[in-house]
Amino acid sequence: MENSLKLKRGLDLCIEGEAVKGEPVAVPASCAAVIPDDYPGFTPKLEVKEGDPVAAGAPLMHDKKCESIKLCSPISGTVTAIVRGERRKIERVVITSDNCDNSKKFDTGVSDAGSIRSILMDSGLWAEMRQRPFDIVPEADSEPRDIFVTAFDSAPLAPDLDFGSETGQERINAGIRALSKLTSGNVYVSTRKECRFAVPDEAVHYIVSGPHPSGNPGIQAANIAPINKGEVVWTLDIVTVMRIGALMLSGVRDFSTVIAVTGPEVKNPCYELTVDGAAIAPLLEKCMETGDRHRRIISGNVLTGIKVGIDGFLRYPYRQITVIAEGDDIDEFMGWASVSPKKMSVSRSFPFSFFKKRFSPDARLLGGRRAMIVSGEYDKVLPMDIMPEYLLKAIGSRNVEMMENLGIYEIAPEDLALCEYVDPSKTEIQKMVREGLDWLKKELE
Amino acid sequence: MLRKYLDRIKPNFEEGGRLHSFHSVFDGIETFLYTPRTTSASGVHIHDSLDSKRIMIIVVLALMPCLLFGMYNTGYQNFLGSGAASFPLLPIMAYGFLAILPKIAVTYVVGLGIEFIAAQWRKEEIQEGFLVTGILVPLICPIETPLWMLAVATAFSVIFVKEVFGGTGYNIFNVALVTRAFLFFAYPASMSGDRAFISASPICGIGGTVNFADGISGATPLGQIATHSGGALQIHNIVGDPVSNWDAFLGLIPGSFGETSTLCILIGAALLLTTGIASWRIMLSVFAGGLLAGFVVNMFATPTYPSSYLMPWQQLIYGGFAFAAVFMATDPVTAARTGAGKYVYGLLVGIMAIVIRVYNNGYPEGAMLAVLLMNAFAPLIDYCVVQTNINRRVNRLKTKAEKQS
Repeated sequence: MENSLKLKRGLDLCIEGEAVKGEPVAVPASCAAVIPDDYPGFTPKLEVKEGDPVAAGAPLMHDKKCESIKLCSPISGTVTAIVRGERRKIERVVITSDNCDNSKKFDTGVSDAGSIRSILMDSGLWAEMRQRPFDIVPEADSEPRDIFVTAFDSAPLAPDLDFGSETGQERINAGIRALSKLTSGNVYVSTRKECRFAVPDEAVHYIVSGPHPSGNPGIQAANIAPINKGEVVWTLDIVTVMRIGALMLSGVRDFSTVIAVTGPEVKNPCYELTVDGAAIAPLLEKCMETGDRHRRIISGNVLTGIKVGIDGFLRYPYRQITVIAEGDDIDEFMGWASVSPKKMSVSRSFPFSFFKKRFSPDARLLGGRRAMIVSGEYDKVLPMDIMPEYLLKAIGSRNVEMMENLGIYEIAPEDLALCEYVDPSKTEIQKMVREGLDWLKKELE
Repeated sequence: MLRKYLDRIKPNFEEGGRLHSFHSVFDGIETFLYTPRTTSASGVHIHDSLDSKRIMIIVVLALMPCLLFGMYNTGYQNFLGSGAASFPLLPIMAYGFLAILPKIAVTYVVGLGIEFIAAQWRKEEIQEGFLVTGILVPLICPIETPLWMLAVATAFSVIFVKEVFGGTGYNIFNVALVTRAFLFFAYPASMSGDRAFISASPICGIGGTVNFADGISGATPLGQIATHSGGALQIHNIVGDPVSNWDAFLGLIPGSFGETSTLCILIGAALLLTTGIASWRIMLSVFAGGLLAGFVVNMFATPTYPSSYLMPWQQLIYGGFAFAAVFMATDPVTAARTGAGKYVYGLLVGIMAIVIRVYNNGYPEGAMLAVLLMNAFAPLIDYCVVQTNINRRVNRLKTKAEKQS
C-alpha cells in the first residue's frame, strides 16, 4: 500500500554544478580514514595500534559504553596513523590500502532479532544508523518504536541514491526484512514518486513530495508518526539498508559508495565510485576548477556538510562533495544595497534574483551576527509542527522543561539547516541544536 | 582605493591600537561600505544574502515617500497660513527640507551616538536598528517640536527602552513610539493644540510668518472633531476652507510631519509587502481591526463622542492610524512573533486605536498608545499560541498512553 505525504514548507536551493547522471567513475582509494566525530554519541576506544594489518570490515574502535558497537575499517590494509587532538581525543584512524581484497566474514545465517542486532553492531552498520531523540548512534539497548528509511536526499545538489539495479532490489528486500525484525512497530520507507525499486511488503511505503528538507528522515517521521517523549525511533537511508541487505546476503560488508562531486567550483560535476572515508584529493583530481581563488571543499552538501581540506577525507554519512568559493578574498562594495541578479536569496528584496536559475554562492555570512529580529522566517522552511524560534530560545536558556514541551526530541540539527540559511541574523542554529541535544542528554542521565 | 585606505587605517582600531576606543565606529563604517569577509565557521556553508542592514534600509526606503510628502506639506501649510498667493513646488520643498533637516540630524546624532557608545561598551558590532528609528521619530512628531526636547526624548528612549534591555532585538516597546509618547507626556503643551503642527516662521528667507491671531487654526482634523460641539461637523483647513476626504487622503492637512498622507503611506506599504520585509498579517489585521471598530462605534454614534460620527473608512485616513498600521505595528521585534499571534495582535491594535481615539476626547490620536499597549501584550499573545503547540504535543502523548492501557 502506498501512502502519500505532501510537504509544502521548505526550500530548494538552486546551485550551480549538479552532477551529471551516468555510470560512476571508479576511483580506487589508496587510503581511507574513520573519524569518530562523524558518529555522535559514540565514544571511541581503540582496538588497533599503528602498523596493525586490518581487513575490510575488521573493527578499529568500539564504543566505551558498549563494547559490541564497533567502527570498522572500510578497506583492507595497514593502520598508518592514529591522529589525536586535544586531550588525546581520537580524531581519525587512517588506513593505507594494500590493494588486496581481504574482507572479514560475518556469520549471517541467522534470522532472530538478537543475532541481527549483534551482527549489525559487529560490522559497524549499527553506527551508521541514527536514533531520535538526540540524533545519535542508537544506544545498545534501544528498542525502536518505528524505523524510518529515506530513499532520497533532497539537499542542494544531492546525489540520486536510487540507481535501480537488480542486486540493489535484492539487497533492499533483505535489508528491510532484517530491519523489520528489530522493531515492534513499522519500517517506513519514504520515496519520491519516480522510484526505481519496489518497496517490500514488510515496510510501509510513503511517497513524499515537497522541497528540501522533505528527504530528511526526521522530517518524514514528524509528519508520519511524530516522536513522543520516551519513545525512540531509528533513522537511516536506503543506501544503508542496501548495505545491511548485502551483509545479510553475503556475509561480507560492502563499503563501496557512489558519491556526487558537485558545486560551482567543480569543472565537470559527476558521480564517482569509491569507499567510505576515502581521501578527498584523488576524488577531486580531475574535477577542480583551476584559477587563483580561495575555495571551500565540503564533504557533504552546503547545508549540513563538513568543511574538509584537500587533504581531508570523505565524512560519514555524506555521499557528496561540494566545492564552493570561500569568498574571503572578495571585496564587495556595499553588498547590502546590491540588486545584482547574482545575489542568492529567498527574500523578494532581491527582485532580479528571480530571473536567474542557478547560483554560485560563496561561504561568506553576508552580514553580521545579530539578535533575532524578523519573525516567522524559520517557520517557512521547517515542515514540522514545531515552533523553531521558541525551541531555539529554550535551547539557548537550557530550559529542560520548555525544550521537551516544544519538541526537542523530534529534531536533529540537519532539520533546522535551512532555518540557519535563511536567517538574516546569521545565528549558528545547527551548532546550537547539537550542543543543546548533547547537553540535554547528559542532563537526563 | 577606499578599500586600501580602510586596510591602512584598520590597525589603529584593533586591540592595542591608538584609536581602539572607536573600533565599533570603524567596524560600523567598514561593514557598511564593504560586505564583511567573515565566512561561516559552523553549520551551513552558504547564507542568504538578506541581512539586517538590507532589512533596515528597505524600511527607510519605504519611508521616503512619507518624508518627501511631509516636506511638501510642511511648506504648503506655511505658505497657506502666511497667505501666499501661489504655491511653487521648489520653494515649498526647500522650506520643508530646511524645516525637517535639523530634526533628523538631531535624532540621528543623539541616537547613533548612544548606539556607538553602547556597542563599544558591549564590544559588539554597531546594530542598524536606529537607522529606522532615527527617521521614524521626526516623521511622527509635530514639526514645531523644539530640538532639545527631541534630543532628550530620543536619548531617553534609546537608553531606557532599548539599550538597558540589551539593544536591537531585545526591546519590548517600539523605540520611536516611546520617544513620541515621552514627548507627549513630558511636554504636552508643545505636542498638541493649534500651533504645534504648523511651521509658522520663515526659514532662510523662504516661506512666511503664520499669524495665528488672524483666525488661523492649525488644529488637526481629529483635534477639530474631538472639540466639536453641536451643529454639522465640517473639518476646516488652517485658513478656514473645508477639507475634503480627498485632501485628507493625499495628506494636505495639518498633522505630524510624515503621517498625514495616506497615499504615501500606502506606497511605503506596497514596498514593504512586495519585498516581504513587513508582515502582511499584521498590516492587514490592523486595518481590519480599525474598520471593524470604526463600524461599531459608528453604529453607536453619540454626540458625546463626536468622532464616532466618522465613517469607518474615514477613521483610516485621519491621524496616525495608517502610519501606525504600516510602520509601527509591523516592527518585528516588538510585535507578536507567532503566525496566529500576528492576526490577534494586529486586530487588537486596530480596534484599540479607534476605541482610544473615539472615547477619549482629551487625546484625539489613539494609534500610538494602541501600538504601545499591544507591544506590552504581544508576549502574552505569543505565549498563548506557543501554549497551544505545547498542548498539542502533550495531548498526543496522552491519547497514546490511553490507547495502550
